[in-house]
Formats: sequence, C-alpha cells, structure tokens
Amino acid sequence: MIKKFQSPVGPISKIVGKSIVLIGDDIDTDRIIPARFLKCVNFDNLGQSVFEDDRKNLKGKHPFDLKSNKGSSILIVNSNFGCGSSREHAPQALLRWGIRAIIGESFAEIFYCNCIAIGIPCFTLPKKLVKNIQENKNINNSLCEINIQESTFKSTFFNFDLEIKNSSKNMFLSGEWDATSTLLANKKLIEKKINDLPYTKFNQSNELFETI
Amino acid sequence: MSKDTLFDKVWDLHKVSSLPGGSDQIFIGLHLIHEVTSPQAFGALKDKNLKVKFPSRTVATVDHIVPTDNQSRPFKDNLAEQMIETLEKNCLEHKIEFFNIGSGNQGIVHVVAPELGLTQPGMTIACGDSHTSTHGAFGSIAFGIGTSQVRDVLATQTIAMNKLKVRQIWCENKLSNGVYAKDLVLHIINKLGVKAGVGFAYEFAGPAINSLSMEERMTICNMSIEGGARCGYINPDEKTFSYIKNKLCAPKNENWDEALLWWKSLKSDANSIYDDVTKIDASKVEPTVTWGITPGQSVGINQKIPLLEELPPDDQFVAEEAYEYMGFKQGQSIKDTPIDVCFIGSCTNGRISDLRVAAKVIKNKKVSQNVKAFVVPGSEKVAKEAKIEGLDKIFLDAGFQWREPGCSMCLAMNSDKLIGNQVSASSSNRNFKGRQGSPTGRTLLMSPAMVAAAAISGKVTDIRDFM
Repeated sequence: MIKKFQSPVGPISKIVGKSIVLIGDDIDTDRIIPARFLKCVNFDNLGQSVFEDDRKNLKGKHPFDLKSNKGSSILIVNSNFGCGSSREHAPQALLRWGIRAIIGESFAEIFYCNCIAIGIPCFTLPKKLVKNIQENKNINNSLCEINIQESTFKSTFFNFDLEIKNSSKNMFLSGEWDATSTLLANKKLIEKKINDLPYTKFNQSNELFETI
Repeated sequence: MSKDTLFDKVWDLHKVSSLPGGSDQIFIGLHLIHEVTSPQAFGALKDKNLKVKFPSRTVATVDHIVPTDNQSRPFKDNLAEQMIETLEKNCLEHKIEFFNIGSGNQGIVHVVAPELGLTQPGMTIACGDSHTSTHGAFGSIAFGIGTSQVRDVLATQTIAMNKLKVRQIWCENKLSNGVYAKDLVLHIINKLGVKAGVGFAYEFAGPAINSLSMEERMTICNMSIEGGARCGYINPDEKTFSYIKNKLCAPKNENWDEALLWWKSLKSDANSIYDDVTKIDASKVEPTVTWGITPGQSVGINQKIPLLEELPPDDQFVAEEAYEYMGFKQGQSIKDTPIDVCFIGSCTNGRISDLRVAAKVIKNKKVSQNVKAFVVPGSEKVAKEAKIEGLDKIFLDAGFQWREPGCSMCLAMNSDKLIGNQVSASSSNRNFKGRQGSPTGRTLLMSPAMVAAAAISGKVTDIRDFM
C-alpha cells in the first residue's frame, strides 16, 4: 500500500530514518527538479520526478533509484547544495520523495530558506566529516536519529554533533518555521510600517500603489 | 557586522519586528509574481482562509511558460494554458494588477517592473524568482523567495529573514572596448566563486560600476545569485533617477520632488562598515565565456579551459564533471568552439540596449548556415521599441528568428529547447546541466554581442574581431 503523503506540521524536534548519500558540489535546483516539471499548479506529483534527468543518465544507479536507499529520509550532500533557481519545487520534490532532513557541507541561501519554510531542517558539517560519512559502506543500513535540540546525529556506526543556525533551530523546536501565523500576529506593526514608509506617500497618487 | 551601508539602512527601515526565533520580520514594499511560483501560494492562502493583505503592493505578469512563437489562446500546451488561467483567476479574485499578454506591459518580470517605474530606490522587493536581485540596480534591496514566502508576502506583506552580511565589490577602472557588463559579472563570479555570496548581499561599487548604464547595472545585479548572493545592489545616482523619471508608475509632479529628495539621501555612507571588501580591476576583464556547468566556470576568450591541477582543490570535483558533460578537454581553447543555437534574451540580457548591441554586430551579415539563432525581447515594451528602431528587421535580414517576449530558452519551460547535446551560445544566466531543455544540452554563457558574433561565425568568436 502506498503511504499517503503528509507534510510536516508543528514543532519538529527529532528525525528518525535511514540516510541516503548523494555526492557532488553545486547541485542546482534545475537538477533536483528540471524546469519542465514546474508546469503544475500544486506540488503533489513532484516526488517521482526528483533528479529525473540525473537518474535517467545513470540508468538505475542514481542514489535515489538504489533499492538500498528506499525509504531513506536523511539526505547527506556536499557543498552549495540547491544553488540556482528559487523554485520551492526542489525541496518539495525531495520532501515528497521522503526526505525529512538534509546534512551537507553548505547550502545555497534560497534553497535553505525554502527548506525551513516547508519543515526540512538542514544541518552543516565540515567537509572532511561529510566525506567520512559518505564513504562509510554501512551508512544506509542503519537507523539514524537527529535530535534538533541537542544538534546531534546518532546511529550504530556514527555519532557526531551537527551545526544549525540558532534561529532555524528555534523555529523548528517552536513550530514557527511555518511562519505565516507568527508574521500575522504583528498585524498592527505591519499597518504602522506601511504608513511610515516614505515611498508609500509619494507613490500614493499612483493607481497601482493606492493602498492606504 | 556591516553598518551604515545602503543595505543596513533599507533593512532597518523595513524591519517590522524581531521574531522570537531570532530572525527579522521584514516589510516588502513591492511584490512581483508570475505564473510558476504563485499558484501554490494562492492555494495555501485558500487553505488557511487568508486574504491578500495589500493587493496593490503585488503586481503580476506572465513570463516563464509563454510560447514565443504562437501566443494565441488557448496555448497549444495544456499545462501552460492551465498555469496562465490560474494566474488570471487568482489576480482577478484578489484584485491584483496583472500585465497579461497583449497589454503592452507584459514581459519578463525583472524587465517589466523597472521599465514601468515600479522598481524604485530604497524599496524592498521580493519575487518568487531568484533573479529578483536584478532590481538592486536601482538601490532597492531585492531578493528571490520560495513559494511559501510568496504566501507569507501575500498574507502579511512581510517575510521572516535573517539579516545578510554585506560585501562590497569595488570595481576599479573601466571596461575596455568590446567588454560588457555581462563579462564583468561573469569575471566577478569566476574570481569569487559560485558560493562566496551565501549569507551576503553584494554591493557593487567603484568607477567601473558608476560608468555603466542602468540596463548594464541590471545585468550585474541580476547575476548576484549566480555568485551565491541572494541580493545585489548599487547605490542610486543621477542615472538611476533619470531612468525612472516619467515611467508609467514613477512619482509625478510634487511627489517626484519628494521622492528625489529621499532617494538622494539613500546611499552607503562614505565611512560605512562592510563585512568584507573585494577589489576587481575592470580594465583586465576580457570578453568572457563559460566552459562548464556552473556560471563560475568561465574564461576570457583568449584563455584556455583550465587544467584540473590549476584549479583549487575544492573546485576540482565539479570541474571534472564539467569537462565530461561539456565534452571539453583540459587546456583546450574556448575560442572556435562550434555553436548550434544562439539565444539572445532573458532577464539578464533581453533589454533594448542588449538588442541594439547585438543588432549592430549582425547588421548586413548572415547567420552561419549551421546555426539556429533567435531573439526573444524581454518585454512587449522592448519589442515595440526595437521595432520602432528597425532592429527586428536587422535580425530577420541576418537570419535570426524574431520572437514574442518571455523567458524562453533561458530555462526552457516553453517549447524553445536545445535538442540532444546541442551547444548554445546564450545571453542568459545559467549553464547548469540540462538547463536549456535537453538533459544533455550544453550552454555557453556570454554577452549578447558575443552571442551575435557566434551566430555569424558559427563558433565562439572574439567580438573585438568584429569591431
């Protein structure tokens, strides 16, 4: 039976699952989800198309096609992962494939923010440690546990500390990664701000800017 | 930590609150939307039973999926038709201004907003598109966001974001003849690397930047994201103000005077503090061409593709991947590489000045018989102006196809795609694997003048030999 997809909700403090290793620097969002799959008005069917072209080129040998990686939820990557286009379709495709956390040397900025916004914590580790993990043959055989509060990764073969920005950590623990309601709570401050901005005044006569 | 830079000033001005988690809540002065990254955001609003907070602060156009050959509706591509219909419906329902095809104002979102005078100094601008950094050319703080943040801007006109550090990129001297803004920005990305900008806003400054036109400045800021910087900007000056003056949405009469007074106060202080400063000698930049699969993998036209051992250890992995994918040998010359397709367009180089430069190169010449060459104007306004100047005729006479405005083969969401492992000379911004629509297609990024020269000679050519 196919498990129905569920988006993360509320506070996230722990991720448990198998790890999947993907090697390569500067893996851009066009590769994660090629542009032709962006022709959609929802994200529902993106999971199956994640890394579509890379997978086709590797004819079944891509990490996302290997049987041993089936059901994995912690993705281990190298540097500048998710560079390029701002398409949230990229982390949405990863999420729908089953990824719930990403560990890497570094992440591109917009991709990182998109991951937070949809409930995928991203952690960083030094290059050498990522390499050690990626080269360990047992990495996809063992159940791993990420504890966000402690910022730790634990498994039968590895235990190490993870790095995560404090603001991101706090957002996952509190559930504020889903930012809309937190932002909405400052309704009065927002309304004050729009009235205080110099350019809302001098653009007032402009019919496109007739807000206030 | 940076202090008193334009970035600091605009950030502080737009800060609504410090959020409990530690990031800032930032007000977005102008929100631009298009058909690809907005439908899910409107869907989420519906799910959460929320309304668009300030509909007149959001402006929409359609660019990514539009066909550039036959734009009659319904589009031949059902999915593309569904996407434009969804945008039309959402804009109508939420009372958002939508510049649709045929309105005279449609085009690539980052071409349209500046030419309408919507983009102004001192604003925060967000759009669900990474090339939003383009608008920083006007001294606005502009950045790309994902769909969840599009939802947040629609619902609250704010987003949660960590303040960026500021790196000044000081460009000394001037670009030499035949060298353009595109070459300069490719050179900068090559020198600094594609991830150097992560966590930074880039302030482009110095004599070489000051001497650029507004459209050239947009080319520079546009590609900040290719250097990893989500946001790039240039302090506004007289060129900025005169570009905006009399545009459709520019402040008028006494409002103009008030705006000008404020805009003139907006710049980084002489003694402002940056997190980092990098210097680039613009006079040393050559016409630049990418040879690899990231925008950082480029060389001057007369240089060789680097040997693996010449590259820093951290760059070698991707370089090996690039040699293989592109079919280039280490140490090979980039000059004379045969070209199959030439594309002039995109939010990087699809503006009227880009078309003028390219038209000058090809005037009274013919496109090489092995090359398919086409021009996609950045907007309906650009197309109209080009026709008035007779540029369309120059392109057509030379054997270029003249298309309708859109993003086209920059990312190939419409039917403009490379086939197989074709090599394109492209004035766009990304040379990623598969970017231009074929999983094995190969892209060489260069200035519009260089694309034009490649179209005529059928191979990568030094534009200076054409002058």
